Amino acid sequence: MNSPVIATAMLDVPQPSVGETPVKPAQEITIVAKAEATAGKAVIRPIAARLNPRLRPRLTPRLHGALLQMLLPLLGLAAFIGVWSLIAQASPNLPGPARTWDSAMELFSRPFYRNGPNDQGIGWNILNSLQRVGVGFGLAALTGIPLGFLIGRFKWLNDMTAPIVSLLRPVSPLAWLPIGLLVFKAANPAAIWVIFVSSIWPMIINTAVGVRQVPQDYLNVAKVLSLSEWKVFTRILFPAVLPFMLTGVRLSIGTAWLVIVAAEMLTGGVGIGFWVWDEWNNLNVEHIIIAIFVVGIVGLLLEQTLMLIARRFEYR
Amino acid sequence: MRVSPMMKYVQLENVGMTFSTRNGMFPALSGINLAVERGEFVSIIGHSGCGKSTLLNLVAGLLETGEGVLLCAGREISGPGPDRAMVFQNHSLLPWLTCLGNVYLAVERVFGDREGKAQLKERARAALALVHLSDAVDKHPHEISGGMKQRVGIARALSMQPKVLLLDEPFGALDALTRAHLQDELMRIVAETGSTVMMVTHDVDEAVLLSDRIVMMTNGPAATIGEIVRVELPRPRDRLKLADAPAYVEYRRQVLEFLYQKQMRPAA
Repeated sequence: MNSPVIATAMLDVPQPSVGETPVKPAQEITIVAKAEATAGKAVIRPIAARLNPRLRPRLTPRLHGALLQMLLPLLGLAAFIGVWSLIAQASPNLPGPARTWDSAMELFSRPFYRNGPNDQGIGWNILNSLQRVGVGFGLAALTGIPLGFLIGRFKWLNDMTAPIVSLLRPVSPLAWLPIGLLVFKAANPAAIWVIFVSSIWPMIINTAVGVRQVPQDYLNVAKVLSLSEWKVFTRILFPAVLPFMLTGVRLSIGTAWLVIVAAEMLTGGVGIGFWVWDEWNNLNVEHIIIAIFVVGIVGLLLEQTLMLIARRFEYR
Repeated sequence: MRVSPMMKYVQLENVGMTFSTRNGMFPALSGINLAVERGEFVSIIGHSGCGKSTLLNLVAGLLETGEGVLLCAGREISGPGPDRAMVFQNHSLLPWLTCLGNVYLAVERVFGDREGKAQLKERARAALALVHLSDAVDKHPHEISGGMKQRVGIARALSMQPKVLLLDEPFGALDALTRAHLQDELMRIVAETGSTVMMVTHDVDEAVLLSDRIVMMTNGPAATIGEIVRVELPRPRDRLKLADAPAYVEYRRQVLEFLYQKQMRPAA
């Protein structure tokens, strides 16, 4: 918990104050030694304070650790690219890192062009997919979270819904696509429907678990104060469940983004999933690889954003 | 010193409590008769599992029973209410609210329909000042010590100006020094506010030091009141002076004798 304070303290140490010429540690130590020999304690104090001998040795392992922490992921990435180019050399159909990079540069130089409905820039494809995920996910949150609250709060409702939830949860979301097509008679709402179904379960389940795990102590407080049902919800239930809820939301957005690619492959239209399929039909493998990275990076960003939000609401 | 004494402020008549468990009905309490005067400090002491917390929960209204009659200020107790404020052993503060927020929640419930926001805030601040926590109003529970948390719990309870203050082993989770300190604080606060208090404890010294009467419970099942000791030590009480005062030692001996000879704990 104190780490930020320590970090600034240590960053302050090696920086000489304004107007002072930086001195190498070794030199400084000799100065200290000399001062001690000649002038006595009164002189060494300020120099020793500036040097801060207790903090200085800790800086090196820390810097070392930070470097190592940067280095290892880079090393992993390099190894990955190395293996990739080796495989690419062995099979000529698979484009290597360099070819993919060139192709990506070209692709991202014009992300927002439109040449008719089936040929649009990568930016449009990503935005369209994000929009579908946003709508489906948003609807799932709007229904799933209140439902989770009710299921968690009322045992009879939990007993009633438990078999349905456990039956439907393991079903692949894509199995719902035909139902969506049948009901909505259009590809786009059907894709949104699939996202809705895939992302609703974690939100229902996590919210319900959160409600059930609200410590009895807090509910006793509510009882002793005989708070109104609304106050119980806003002051006790909601804040207590929020971390659980956000975990559900995070799991959901991961699944939703996972599923959108597959759903769009089947439904078509503008979107990253359909784009992958289209590029497969064009045998443009570089673009497929680029799409894989794009999907990965966007997914990562979505999850990181939600983690950031979740951390904001941690109360302990 | 005591405000207009009312002989039976909290009244329990032939109260019993039976829990239905997997192994059938379990009679936890039976035949409890107790009247607490206004402004009186009553401790309930007994071995673990003797139902002393159950008794307190019945007065709080957190538990309900069909056996016997429970009255508070002449009205039947039916469910929990802010006129009987409870301080829990584990403080039970809401971690997402500041100390002020925790107290405010209680104040708002009791005085919210009569007073404005500024007045309510002032009440909450005053309650925290009473427990010497004016400096911690904006801190969250995880930022303060266990003893301070328990003070906030007491401030929250007192801020409601309850008819009865119910304390369920309020200092049980604290270290001995903090406990002693808070006991002294509680004595001061009770003297200042003239509160009526019912406290569950298993600390003999705490019971003797704080109480006007000590209610000693027999062992369960079907636990009931075994004996009642009236502690007639003059107030204000000083723990150091009392430590070897013959009267104090005698009260202590009486309670210990009840707990360890008459109600020998069944081999645990």
